[in-house]
Amino acid sequence: MINLPKKVIILGSSALKIGEAGEFDYSGSQAIKALKEEGVYTILVNPNIATIQTSDYLADQVYFLPVTPYFVEQIIQKEKPDGILLGFGGQTALNCGIELEKSGVLSRYGVNVLGTPVETILNTEDRDLFVSKLKQINVKVPFSHAVNNIDQAVKKAKEIGFPVMIRIAFALGGLGSGFCRDEEEVRELAQKAFAYTNQILVEEYLLGWKEIEYEIVRDKFNNCIAVCNMENFDPMGIHTGESIVVAPSQTLSNREYHKLREIAIRTVRHLGVVGECNIQYAFDPHSEDYRVIEINARLSRSSALASKATGYPLAAVAAKLALGYSLVDLPNSITKITKACYEPALDYIVVKIPRWDLKKFKQVSKKLGSGMKSVGEVMAIGRKFEEALQKGLRMLEIGANGLVQNNNIDIDNVEQELKEPTDLRVFAVPEAMKKGMDVDEIYKLTFIDKWFLHKIKNIVNIEQQLKQVGEQRCPRDLMLEAKQAGFSDSQLAGILEKDEKEIRQLRLNYGLTPCVKQIDTLAAEYPAQTNYLYLTYNGNEDDLSFLERNSVMVLGSGAYRIGSSVEFDWCCVNSVKTLKRLNYQTIMVNYNPETVSTDYDECDKLYFDEISFETVVDIYEKEKSVGVIISMGGQIPNNLALKLDAAGVKVLGTSAKSIDNAEDRHKFSKLLDELGIDQPEWKELTSLDEAKVFAGTVGFPVLIRPSYVLSGAAMSVASNDAELEKFLNKASDISSEHPVVISKFIERAKEIEIDAVSQEGELLVYAISEHVENAGVHSGDATLVLPPQRTYLETTRRIKKIARKLAHALKINGPFNMQFVAKDNDVKVIECNLRASRSFPFVSKIFKVNFIDIATRVIMGHHVPKIDKSVFELDYVGVKAPQFSFTRLIGADPTLGVEMASTGEVGCIGPDFEEAFLKSLLSVGYRLPVKNVLLSTGPIETKAEFLASTRLLADMGINFYATGGTARFMMENGFEVKKVHWPLSGKKPNVLDVLSNKKVDLVINIPKNYQEEELTNDYIIRRKAVDFAIPLFTNVQLARRFVEAIYRKNLKSLEIKSWAEYE
Amino acid sequence: MEQKRIKARLELEDGSVFHGFSFGAQKSIAGEVVFNTSMMGYPESLTDPSYYGQILVLTYPLIGNYGVPESRIVDGLDEWFESDGIKISGLIVSEYSFEYSHWNGHKSLSEWLREHDVPGLYGIDTRLLTKRLRDEGAMLGRVLFFTDERDFYDPNKINLVEKVSIKEPVEYGNGDKKVIMIDCGCKDNIIRCLLKRDLKVKRVPWNYDFTHEDYDGVLISNGPGDPKMCRETIDIVKKVLNGDKPVFGICMGNQILSLAAGADTYKLKFGHRSQNQPCVEAGTKRCYITSQNHGFAVDGRTLPDGWEPWFTNANDGTNEGIRHVSKPFMSVQFHPEASPGPVDTGILFDDFKRILS
Repeated sequence: MINLPKKVIILGSSALKIGEAGEFDYSGSQAIKALKEEGVYTILVNPNIATIQTSDYLADQVYFLPVTPYFVEQIIQKEKPDGILLGFGGQTALNCGIELEKSGVLSRYGVNVLGTPVETILNTEDRDLFVSKLKQINVKVPFSHAVNNIDQAVKKAKEIGFPVMIRIAFALGGLGSGFCRDEEEVRELAQKAFAYTNQILVEEYLLGWKEIEYEIVRDKFNNCIAVCNMENFDPMGIHTGESIVVAPSQTLSNREYHKLREIAIRTVRHLGVVGECNIQYAFDPHSEDYRVIEINARLSRSSALASKATGYPLAAVAAKLALGYSLVDLPNSITKITKACYEPALDYIVVKIPRWDLKKFKQVSKKLGSGMKSVGEVMAIGRKFEEALQKGLRMLEIGANGLVQNNNIDIDNVEQELKEPTDLRVFAVPEAMKKGMDVDEIYKLTFIDKWFLHKIKNIVNIEQQLKQVGEQRCPRDLMLEAKQAGFSDSQLAGILEKDEKEIRQLRLNYGLTPCVKQIDTLAAEYPAQTNYLYLTYNGNEDDLSFLERNSVMVLGSGAYRIGSSVEFDWCCVNSVKTLKRLNYQTIMVNYNPETVSTDYDECDKLYFDEISFETVVDIYEKEKSVGVIISMGGQIPNNLALKLDAAGVKVLGTSAKSIDNAEDRHKFSKLLDELGIDQPEWKELTSLDEAKVFAGTVGFPVLIRPSYVLSGAAMSVASNDAELEKFLNKASDISSEHPVVISKFIERAKEIEIDAVSQEGELLVYAISEHVENAGVHSGDATLVLPPQRTYLETTRRIKKIARKLAHALKINGPFNMQFVAKDNDVKVIECNLRASRSFPFVSKIFKVNFIDIATRVIMGHHVPKIDKSVFELDYVGVKAPQFSFTRLIGADPTLGVEMASTGEVGCIGPDFEEAFLKSLLSVGYRLPVKNVLLSTGPIETKAEFLASTRLLADMGINFYATGGTARFMMENGFEVKKVHWPLSGKKPNVLDVLSNKKVDLVINIPKNYQEEELTNDYIIRRKAVDFAIPLFTNVQLARRFVEAIYRKNLKSLEIKSWAEYE
Repeated sequence: MEQKRIKARLELEDGSVFHGFSFGAQKSIAGEVVFNTSMMGYPESLTDPSYYGQILVLTYPLIGNYGVPESRIVDGLDEWFESDGIKISGLIVSEYSFEYSHWNGHKSLSEWLREHDVPGLYGIDTRLLTKRLRDEGAMLGRVLFFTDERDFYDPNKINLVEKVSIKEPVEYGNGDKKVIMIDCGCKDNIIRCLLKRDLKVKRVPWNYDFTHEDYDGVLISNGPGDPKMCRETIDIVKKVLNGDKPVFGICMGNQILSLAAGADTYKLKFGHRSQNQPCVEAGTKRCYITSQNHGFAVDGRTLPDGWEPWFTNANDGTNEGIRHVSKPFMSVQFHPEASPGPVDTGILFDDFKRILS
């Protein structure tokens, strides 16, 4: 019998950030489920309030507190668990766990680390230990030296020979890693890396080697299996998180595959992993030589991908193995009759493609390399590489039709793009072929294996054949060949110069529809008991019959990206749960491997496929569903409303027409005028002159936004004519086809949001939250307070009234969100979305009223009784704070603006605003105590505004450093301050020395201007603060609230209470 | 480059027809249709004599990616293959990669099939076909071009071992210990595994009586078809079992040893052909991932006294190996020599070597 622990604490990964995203919601949720199945009491620490794992039905106790040694120790002291899981919350959880072990906290409180022991983790994380452990079993690692200072780094680099790799010892998605061509680059990168660590590695550079990964599972009885292997399309030199990845490997022979598999198993056994582990190889494309690059002795992004790619529930199995089970004890949860001790056999190919959002950032380098910059990923499934690749490229939602026929993707210099890749390299390959480059030439520039290049060539060839069709009707055989190679209807329409409808009709006339195939883990050897599905044109028959007549489709959120993230997954999963309770058959459509909604046990049927008009209609027609819910997955499904409706698909909830009335700027504006609701003045313009006239009338500043937006091409705020001209020139093709929307930008106003559910036009529930920052900071980057603490009652009353009016006018039947600017008691509507918003999980969890459950009932036409108002009167406050990933976005200016930049969020609870606020900031990387502050407080208005806060800081005995103007201003106001010179002045004492020597533990730098793009001194200060991992405030309201909070509270005073304890 | 596509079809004995396109040889053939779920290792599988007489369906949809290595004889064996040529009758895949890419790729899979006069079909819904074979059991089938006609043909009705076994004994290596390897259609990697362990191997025909010769141990190899067709082999093994010299059987060797011991064998519905079969060692919690290729199995319930099951399939509970309770006689249903497949059970050759002394 297994001796189960009674109470287990699970560490989450906190806010989503680049390198640590939604995959840990999936792994943590599976772990909690697995523990609950065994009757183990579970305690989860994770301030990421938008996750599914922090739902009320999963862990027994949830703490929305920072995953840091201090807070976790307090929770351990209070809850007295006997076990802890460290492997399910990414590097955040692992690092925290290592600290707790090293400081003796775990042994002091008798908490056992379940699964992989800490010693094993250390052996994989500390490079020296790692190398020596692998040497013991004759496993090769790259030529590598650990060094502790810059000079040593240069010396070792010279010994190895340039180019070299610099890596950080405790890597987190390749943070601080890079490739150096010469001594100067080594010095620069080493200095940055030493800001995070006291040990870095100088390594041989394996240019052009294949990159291969294996996911290994081992139990304590020494059974060890390789669940999945993967091959990177982009070879060594590009971080695996930045690479297109296929599963299984495509270019390895049997001997190579099993050689690497054997090494992986030998290594994992030697290290003593119990649970899941990822091993990465560099593999010589010209022999069977290899190097082990890295081992992650925990669940990872790759393991989430492997899990979705194979159907093997890695996280759940890892959790059970951590409890002491053997692989032979556990069933295969897909077939139910076979065992978990097997290696999945795939009969399809999976392609993962990263999703970048680099256009959202100012000054960021777009080059891909050994550090991670992507914010999410998609996974496409097909029975040909071409099919999966083209599906995947469309799933990115960057406006691509597939690999070819993309009018909106411009590559200036194809050759350079191939050689020095950015996020667009894959599109450069077909371009190069069309320009006459052959596979060998492209290989020499990219080192992408020729097998992949030949497959791309096939796509290019089919496009050529299609182009030759000309005016004639596309023949059936050619259309079938194109569909089998992943061409979409709209892509074909573009090539054949027809519209999508005509192509669809022709396709149906030809009898060409996709087949539904199951993912069953054993390539059809045993029947599958679950419906984990994908569509393919490379097949003759569906794997299942479609007999249910009460199914509802829920469209997911697609790839995580800036602006759309785990919060929409929470909405989708909760909607499905309610549908199940209402006895509907549930069908989920989503393609993001980092989600819980794509766990095959969350819904009756999971279609791991595109959320496009074509695919949704194909599925709808096969399933003969009751209807489609498009209001849970954010903007991607929402955008399909009109088209689906027009095609006769039943759009459930608010009507497509109403959605269009809210989405279409003109219609919405007209409606507001009719209802007598105020809005900032705006106009849609097609020329620069018109823009100037408009700005002259309403007065600067104005907000400019291109109405044709490809992956969030920059919105901007212009303060004068010159700026207006500059931004409009940048938005290059303004025309009647691509007009620009200009609106009055209201300064010094508050921004307030309402999240609500309406039934047949009647407001049912709502939550009003205020922003800490003034209007002008994107709502996704703002710090939200619920209930509002600094908003007039009259303002909230007016907001409620407006929401009621609009709900009524638009006959809203489901979730919606509105944003307002308020100045004095003047309230103007700035946005309205007739769908669930990013703050739905936050308000639902703070109020303990599930808005999505209510919305889903409403959508399905079930009567929902009025909610008792007393639940909205809280004895506590919730604060949602954004998480930024600027450290990874080399060069990006870490300021806030109208364009969203945060990658994640946390939500914390406290008895008052200050406590909840401090907890949330501590959760996103701010640190206490603060002793030395560098100030640069911007224009004179904000200098004055910050004066009272400066006093509080002085009262606390904090030392000040300040740059020129700020120092003068402070001295004039009687403060003692060390003046430092601007970075570019070169004079000493220089602000850069203060930063690089870590003389300060907080930087407050208020930019003088919302959108100034020049490389200024201010920019350098902000960037260095980020590069040296020093907490930074760039918003004056946020900085003021922080100062007030730390004046009144300290770390010890923050209460350690679980979510349930806030009643 | 892709030429004009030539159509061809696979017909099953249940009447179903699968239309596809030709690669490899353009030749109509008939045989038993079986599927294999391995994701790599087609040069090894196609040369495995256990597939003799079979039309092989690969469930992994992308085949031919890394081409085919060049023939190179090392120690009397072709380094990259499992026998002297392609042993399957026909190959059925979903997608064939016309362009291959590998440092060791010397020719395309299609060229290689043509050289050996074996037809291939691509563009087949291999998942649908596999499900049919799973539900109905392995079936007879025929690959037909144009207006060709072929009768269905059941290879299990004849002695296939006779066709693939060596005709005269051959010796390999010069180690101190000498192993008699009964060649029922042996995969070359079995011999390589023995040579790697410094053993001398005498490979003998399936019906060669070596019992009066000098040797240290016997290995009974894998092979195609129904083990009961190998009456002479079973009789020779019976004689060996009267002695005390170590015996190790692999795949068909497991079945022949069982039959010699007095147990029974039967035909599985669709067999085990894959690289991911979990086998649990009796009396332990140790489970091994194994490579397999067999259509017949030992009925574990019929093992006589003195014998016990050694390994059991964790998925379907079928017998995966037997051993004698006191004598050094043992066999496994799976392939410890791998190639293709996982090498986890290669340790069994170490164990075999140990008991030779």
